[in-house]
Amino acid sequence: MKNTVYSINGPVVKAANTRDFSMLEMVYVGEKRLIGEVIGVTDEFTTIQVYENTAGLKIGEPIESTGAPVCANLGPGIISNIFDGIERPLRDMTKLNGVFVAEGNSLFSLDTEKKYDVTVTVKVGDKLSGGDIYCTCPETALITHKCMVPPNVEGEVIFAAENGQYRVNDTVIKLKLADNTELPLTMVQKWAIKKARPIAKRLSIKRPLITGQRIIDTIIPIAKGGAAAIPGGFGTGKTMTQHQLAKWCDADIIVYIGCGERGNEMTQVLEEFSELIDPKSNRPLTDRTVLIANTSNMPVAAREASIYTGITLAEYYRDMGYHIAIMADSTSRWAEALREISGRLEEMPAEEGFPAYLPSRLSEFYERAGYVENLNGTEGSVTIIGAVSPQGSDFSEPVTQNTKRFVRCFWALDKSLAYARHYPAIDWNSSYSEYIEDLSDFYNKNVSPDFMSLRQKISNILQEETKLMEIVKLIGVDVLPDDQKLAIETARVVRVGFLQQNAYHKDDTYVPLEKQRLMMKVIAELYEKSLEALKNGVPLSDIVATGLFDKAVKIKYDVPNDELKKFDRYFAEIEEKIGGLTVTGGLL
Amino acid sequence: MSLQYVGLKDINGPLVALEGVTGVAYDEIARIRLSDGTERIGRVVELAGDKAVLQVFEGTNGISLTNTRTVFSGKPLEIPLASEMLGRVFNGAGKPVDGLGAVFPEKMGDVNGQSLNPVARQYPRNYIHTGISSIDALMTLIRGQKLPIFSGSGLSHNKLAVQIAKQAKITGEDNADFAIVFAAMGVQNDVADYFRRSFEETGAIERVCMFLNLSSDPIIERLLTPLCALTAAEYLAFEKNMHILVIMTDMTSYAEALREFSSSKGEIPGRKGYPGYLYSNLAALYERAGVVEGSTGSVTQIPILTMPNDDITHPIPDLTAYITEGQIVFDRDLDQKGVYPGLSVLLSLSRLMKDGIGEGYTRDDHAAVSNQLFAAYAKVQDARSLASVIGEEELSESDRAYMRFGTLFEEHFLNQGFDESRSIDETLDLGWDLLCALPKNELDRIDEKLLEEKYDPERAARFFGDTDIKADIANEM
Repeated sequence: MKNTVYSINGPVVKAANTRDFSMLEMVYVGEKRLIGEVIGVTDEFTTIQVYENTAGLKIGEPIESTGAPVCANLGPGIISNIFDGIERPLRDMTKLNGVFVAEGNSLFSLDTEKKYDVTVTVKVGDKLSGGDIYCTCPETALITHKCMVPPNVEGEVIFAAENGQYRVNDTVIKLKLADNTELPLTMVQKWAIKKARPIAKRLSIKRPLITGQRIIDTIIPIAKGGAAAIPGGFGTGKTMTQHQLAKWCDADIIVYIGCGERGNEMTQVLEEFSELIDPKSNRPLTDRTVLIANTSNMPVAAREASIYTGITLAEYYRDMGYHIAIMADSTSRWAEALREISGRLEEMPAEEGFPAYLPSRLSEFYERAGYVENLNGTEGSVTIIGAVSPQGSDFSEPVTQNTKRFVRCFWALDKSLAYARHYPAIDWNSSYSEYIEDLSDFYNKNVSPDFMSLRQKISNILQEETKLMEIVKLIGVDVLPDDQKLAIETARVVRVGFLQQNAYHKDDTYVPLEKQRLMMKVIAELYEKSLEALKNGVPLSDIVATGLFDKAVKIKYDVPNDELKKFDRYFAEIEEKIGGLTVTGGLL
Repeated sequence: MSLQYVGLKDINGPLVALEGVTGVAYDEIARIRLSDGTERIGRVVELAGDKAVLQVFEGTNGISLTNTRTVFSGKPLEIPLASEMLGRVFNGAGKPVDGLGAVFPEKMGDVNGQSLNPVARQYPRNYIHTGISSIDALMTLIRGQKLPIFSGSGLSHNKLAVQIAKQAKITGEDNADFAIVFAAMGVQNDVADYFRRSFEETGAIERVCMFLNLSSDPIIERLLTPLCALTAAEYLAFEKNMHILVIMTDMTSYAEALREFSSSKGEIPGRKGYPGYLYSNLAALYERAGVVEGSTGSVTQIPILTMPNDDITHPIPDLTAYITEGQIVFDRDLDQKGVYPGLSVLLSLSRLMKDGIGEGYTRDDHAAVSNQLFAAYAKVQDARSLASVIGEEELSESDRAYMRFGTLFEEHFLNQGFDESRSIDETLDLGWDLLCALPKNELDRIDEKLLEEKYDPERAARFFGDTDIKADIANEM
């Protein structure tokens, strides 16, 4: 029996009196063959959410079953590409449909004409199981693509193609399975976006994701395989922070998901990333980036899917042994998509109209992050960095609160810092990272044994300032004793000179760990030496008059990233000028 | 096929339901002829089996279950588009109300628009000169940007909108391809009249296309007004290669109309009773701003909204600011002090500004001046709050310098006449003059070389009547 559309309400379409559909199955709706997904099945109705605009759809148009869930196509050609929420290539779409996104085109995700230079790594007779690599090809100048046997397949190679030029849909090897059937494998595999790809085992977290952003790397670090949230009201710089991380973090591949955000922002990423050259490889950043753009005015159901599509692509590359960082901007828009669909289904709402399953969806998503051993024995990781846009800038709203339960790193962006144009506007008081313990070994071993202790000193100064500012707010700074004034002055250096970072400055936009450490060391040294001098009776005004505090603020611009020798001057000067004060002070 | 359906199944607020319909498409337009010969327009908002729910734009007054004949058009709502729309006045549904007859269409346009493919967008650069110092210097409007004005009841947002409309121009090129599309939603009669009169008086009317939905007009028609206006704007920009500035006021009325529509449809409400899709719905409007490949035109939007109870966390301003590229915020205190336009500098922001100012666009020192003005004015607020606790007398020298700077800044920079259009040079020079009222070592956002070249305490002298203060500044250096 042919199934037809019974009712239409926005993106929600129902079919009546059918038992043909299964949950989460992909379907084609209507004459235009809009892509949809089954989200509810009852005796009476099958409910479908449609990933495209339903305007013009009529009652009685056919609904076609596919028997498979909504899948991502995984193969060479993903990197450098830009897709919509259900992995349709947006660049190819402009050639077909012009400047507007049109409905019902069944474009294949990957370029099927392009030939890749394939090296086949197996021979006839090899026994392969899920995750094993059977061929490789250079995908971009930075990324070697490795085609793997799909996770649930096992068999013996009975045909292996010669090395050479192949298109993604050409058969590269054939396997004989346990039941004696033949399975040809091309360079593309499909995977259901809502199902996590299997792994051998999870490994413990031990390496940081190095971002070159001082407040993150030193004070509130994120681990490879970890999950972080960036909540912040509008204008606090969520997107800016994510752009900085996407540009500079030391992941092999970046998956950038623009989920329900501005179109111009995606254009900006496209433009900037193709112009920016990665210093390590001398290649444009687009060579390691894949973009998923489902802007706020694109269909809402596809916005819900975009998050899953993004993480599925990330897991696929993780399986090859790469480290992936996902930027999801913004998870609030995704949650709102859930709310919108839920409302159309007339489900019982929980908090603020969000569906009761919001927390479980969030945890499913964040739990797909991890540092793992893959089926083929390689190590890889997926790090998730999700922006949260709290409604009314109120962090007690459901999305922020539930996200907080599932991430171990929380970078709270603060309005008042943003108003004072202090960027990145990460509030050091309310942000936290539970990864510090896990990572301290790495820092002490790979950067310097004093790294964590310096970090502690800097944190202490900031805490001291927070405490003192309570008093200053009431009675002004002048009445404080000199040692407390010194703490405030040093904290100013930390805030302006260290935590504030200029994304538009050629040196300051990315700072290597060693320079971060030395900057901390200068500040700590300056503080300790000054404290000593104070004890010896030198007035604070003399210490400040050395100009060393102002000089410390400007280190970020004055010392280029590749001339760290210049730091010696600073240490010598602190010794000289402040040490010298003790004597003069003593004589006077 | 002109199948007529006689009568209705039920009527609920602005919605009517018909039974026994076939072949009807979602979102299509129907004409409802009443027995008295008048015609109304409805849009299909829900279909289930043989039942169709229509949203009637002109309202359901006078409609009964038996006095209608409904014909489905088979098409989404379209309006006639033509270059000659400039200089004309339409109602909220896109029908001419200026007595000059129908527009001869060059093309019919679907008002719903389609989503722009992000790949086909061009990143907005270059600015629109508004002649208003605070906007030009600190929250520069970029071509293709959507930059809303957040205001409150009783503040001078309408006056500012008129001033922007009459002064705005594209620099460097012929101003002739610049035009304004104005959409009013739920505004009072005399406010609409104020706009029309102001445009006429200044001669701007020739390059303005107005869509007016007054507060006495049907509420559901309000949902159509911005769609019509943006469709006209897109046509003029992307097919006629013009630079179009769209001013939409008041978005709060629009959102309230949406809430009313949603609740009569029986939908589950989200925050403050607004439908859960308010964000997507607003985004579908705001995202229609931009610059598109293959066209030299641009659509720039200035939506104006009044914040209920001056609350910037209210869902309407909140969701708007999450979609738009910055915001311009009115400050009631400044307004009461008599500063016009009383804009809150610290709350306002233009996200696209950094790529549309500086050499080649405005002036090479623009970024430095605006950063320093922002930073200095932020410190003014600190000094003021400290002064309110410990008294002005107890403030340190530098705090007092900031207090003084704050007053001067508000009086001379923010404050400006309704008929005063300042060039970008005038605005930036004025900024420098004011910065020179601060001690040199406080100007930490400007690099040494530029500071050396421009800093001169004498420049600030004209703001001071007496020489003592001048000497004061000299001493502090």
